[in-house]
Order: sequence, then C-alpha cells, then structure tokens
Amino acid sequence: MFEEFLDNKNSWINQGDSSPGVVFSSRLRLARNLSDFFFPSCLGPEAVEKLIDRFKDPSSYLGGNGNFAFIRMADLNVIDKEFLLERHLISRNFFSMNKGGLVFSQDERVSVMVSEEDHLRIQVVEAGFNLEKGWQKLNKVDDQISQSFDYAFLPELGYLTSCPTNTGTALRASCMLHLPGLILTQKIEKVFNFLNKISFTIRGLFGEGSQALGNFFQISNQISLGLKEEEVIDNLTRVVTQVIQHELDARQALQAKHKISLEDIVWRALGIARNSRLINCKEALAHLSALFLGIDLGIIKDIEKETVNNLFIVIQSAHLQKLEGKPLNRNERDYFRAEMLREKLN
Amino acid sequence: MLCNICHKDTATVHLTEIVDEKVVELHVCQRCAQSKKGLIQEHFDFSGLVGAFADEGDDKGGPQLKCANCGLDYQKFKKIGRLGCKDCYLAFKALILPLLKRVHGSARHQGKFPVSEKSKMPVESRLNRLKEELKKSVEAEEYEVAASLRDQIKKLEEESGP
Ligand SMILES: [Zn+2]
Ligand SMILES: [Zn+2]
Repeated sequence: MFEEFLDNKNSWINQGDSSPGVVFSSRLRLARNLSDFFFPSCLGPEAVEKLIDRFKDPSSYLGGNGNFAFIRMADLNVIDKEFLLERHLISRNFFSMNKGGLVFSQDERVSVMVSEEDHLRIQVVEAGFNLEKGWQKLNKVDDQISQSFDYAFLPELGYLTSCPTNTGTALRASCMLHLPGLILTQKIEKVFNFLNKISFTIRGLFGEGSQALGNFFQISNQISLGLKEEEVIDNLTRVVTQVIQHELDARQALQAKHKISLEDIVWRALGIARNSRLINCKEALAHLSALFLGIDLGIIKDIEKETVNNLFIVIQSAHLQKLEGKPLNRNERDYFRAEMLREKLN
Repeated sequence: MLCNICHKDTATVHLTEIVDEKVVELHVCQRCAQSKKGLIQEHFDFSGLVGAFADEGDDKGGPQLKCANCGLDYQKFKKIGRLGCKDCYLAFKALILPLLKRVHGSARHQGKFPVSEKSKMPVESRLNRLKEELKKSVEAEEYEVAASLRDQIKKLEEESGP
C-alpha cells in the first residue's frame, strides 16, 4: 500500500525553488470536533466506528476533484503506519492508537486524521516557506467540510477541542527548518530561549529524544485563542523569518572564519555517504545535513539539492522496507541505507 | 545547556514526553526544578497544569462540577486534562476560562466562524473582516469582488443601525 507515494514528484518534499534551503516545508493543521459526538477520549469503540463511517466517503464532503482516499488505521500493518508517520501524514500519537481513519489526497498535501485527539485533525503541507498559501488551502478545505458536518463551536470561545490548549482557532502552524549553521556556531540555545519566551515551540524533528537529528527543527505557535488565524500565521512568519536570518548569518560567519573546517565537514560527509557499506539512520541524517549545507553554500556543485531532499525521507526505516518490498531487520536496513546513499550520490 | 527557566544555571534535569505529535522537552537546573515545580508543570505537561490549576478549583466548588452530557467529572478532568464533549466547556466554565487566559493570554475567540454560524459573528468583527477583504481585493485589482464586498459592507452597516 502507498507505494505510489514514492513517486510523488511534486509533493512537499521537493521544494521546487532555489532559495537557500532553510525552510523545508510549511505545515498547518486545524482541530475540529463534531457537535453530536463525545470527544475521542470519551468515545467507546462502537461510537468511534460510527464517527469513522461518516468520513469514509471523502467525495461526499470534499468533492471529487481532490482525488481523496480513505483508510482505516486498523487495516494497516506496522510498516504501512510507520511509513505514514515518516511522511508526516499521521502523528506519533495516532500511530500508536491503532484506531480511527485517515483521509488523504493523492499528492499528500491535504490529510485528515479522523478520531485522533479530536474528531478531525485537518492538515495541509506546502513545500518551502509558504504558510499563507497553506492557510488559504486549509481554510477552503475546512469550509468545505463544515458544509456537511456541524462543528462543536461557541461564538465566544471558538472551535471546541478536546484539550483547552487548542481551543479558539484550533490552528497550529509550523515550519520545518534546517539549521546546521546555528548548531555549528552553538547559537541554537539562544534561539530556543528566545522562542520559548515569546510563546513559540521549537523541537527537533527526527527522533524521539532531545537530539535534533539532521539538524532539523520544527517551529510552531502555542497560542490559538484571542488571535485571528491570519495573525497566527503572520506572527509565525515573522518569527521564522528572523530565525532564517540568524541561520544565514551563522553560515556566513562560518564561511568567513572557518572555511577549511566547514569544507572538511562537507567533503568528509560526502566521502562517507558515497562509500559506506553499513550506516544507521542517525549517522546518515548527520551526513545528509552536511551535504545539504554544502550544496546551499556552493561547496558541492555536482549533486542536486532535490536528491538530498529526497534522501532525508527515504533512508528512514519504513521507507527502506517499502522500497525493498519486505520487512528488514536493523542490520539489513543499515545495509540497504548505505546502498541507497551510494546509488543516489555516486 | 542553560536552564529553560532561569536562563542562568546549567540544566541538569532533563524532561521529555510525547504529547500530541510533539516531543515536549524541558531542561532545568537543580534549583529551579525544586523551587518552581508548579511552573514546570505549566510549561511541560498540560495535564499537570490542569491538575495544578484544578487544585485551586478545589476551593471554588470544583469537586461538585460534572458534565451532564458526557458524564466527565472533576476528578477525571483533573487526571486526564482532556474534556469529554462540547458541553464540558459550559459545565467546567469556572475552571476553563481562567485556564484559557493563562495558556493563551485571552479567553475570547477572534478567528473564523463555521459557515453555518457566520450569522452569529458579532457585526463589528464581520465588518472588520469584510473591510480587510475589500482592501486586499482592491490591491489585487479584483474590482468585481471589491464591488460585491462594498455592497455587503453597506448592507451590514444599514442593518446594524447607526
Ligand atoms: Zn534554573
Ligand atoms: Zn461533557
């Protein structure tokens, strides 16, 4: 299942523009609940089925144009679910719940988790730094769904959500940023502190612990009530613009003061990526990050940015298993990952 | 790494938890971990926040609150930090409103309305929105759209009286 996603050339993974690759993608989601169901934490299994049933035919509420499909999470095997997680189509929370359903467009830009923490988590993804465009699309999808369903809503409090931290607009907007410059210059700490103070969240993207593998971070808004959606987007846009500037400054400083060390990091990464025979995900992400930076800074010229972009996704565990068409143990994954890097980078 | 709370001492206590799809982390120094327990919960764990906050609610008649629709009671709300249905927002209003103010700095929705509820949007908000749209459409030289917006604004202003 989902093999066709692997051929999605125009999905969010490919930035399509040549701007300095700091913002990888922009992602926005709305939480929505129906007024005639209890929230998911209070729903029994039968009620969940009834809820899912209402959304099993996407063409009835999203129209036929988006090419939408629906699947039940319970019908998927672990690799399929992990695959969706790696493509950010489902949340970690949803991945571990093993219930509910997923509505998604074939280009993966629009998806709806049914019966996650809220009845609906509607998500739109855009490549690059494109929050406003993403919001326009999400707003439309939301309006469209609301024509067919009654949302839990109060004029004074807005959209009612399972957790009060989401109440109001129930909008979470985020950008995925590649910040190797801030890591290498050890300035990321300052960015963390600054963002925390002004009520934005920053976290590492890959992996579960405190490490930000591949130097990827996600920045998102915390406040969802008392602001218009457009203001939430504007504020995040402004904050991310600042972080981008800090990242570019850091890169410039590195090039000015540590040119040789920087080149050494990049060329070593390429050497390893082109020659290793076994490589784990963590190490691969670190080298890909260096390659990405090397391309951005013009140190490496003969590798397409898109190639590295794509590798960030496909070297992940479930993707390798999809590509090989069979379950792989850790050792086999390390082997195929190394093979993949050699194949794409040589 | 510096403490996320005082930003002075080195963080030695590291907390990680997966909430929603997010890995929530907090790095604090020993001193802050001891003295700012309440604040840590607020930053770190929302159900902790609800719990801590609801402790104040104990004196404000919290324990008597219960949602007649879904049956969620005060104890369970404190424990899971999640609401059970839309009516919970009314049943637990006395606890939720201060909580929303604390989390968001406001307890008043300013965002969009569902299509079916648009008529309930305060006239002032509707006018503001229409005027913003008008400005945008003029800038984009979409004069047909602008004309229609002007009509809507005029109609709304007449309806709402002077
Ligand atoms: Zn401290
Ligand atoms: Zn309730």
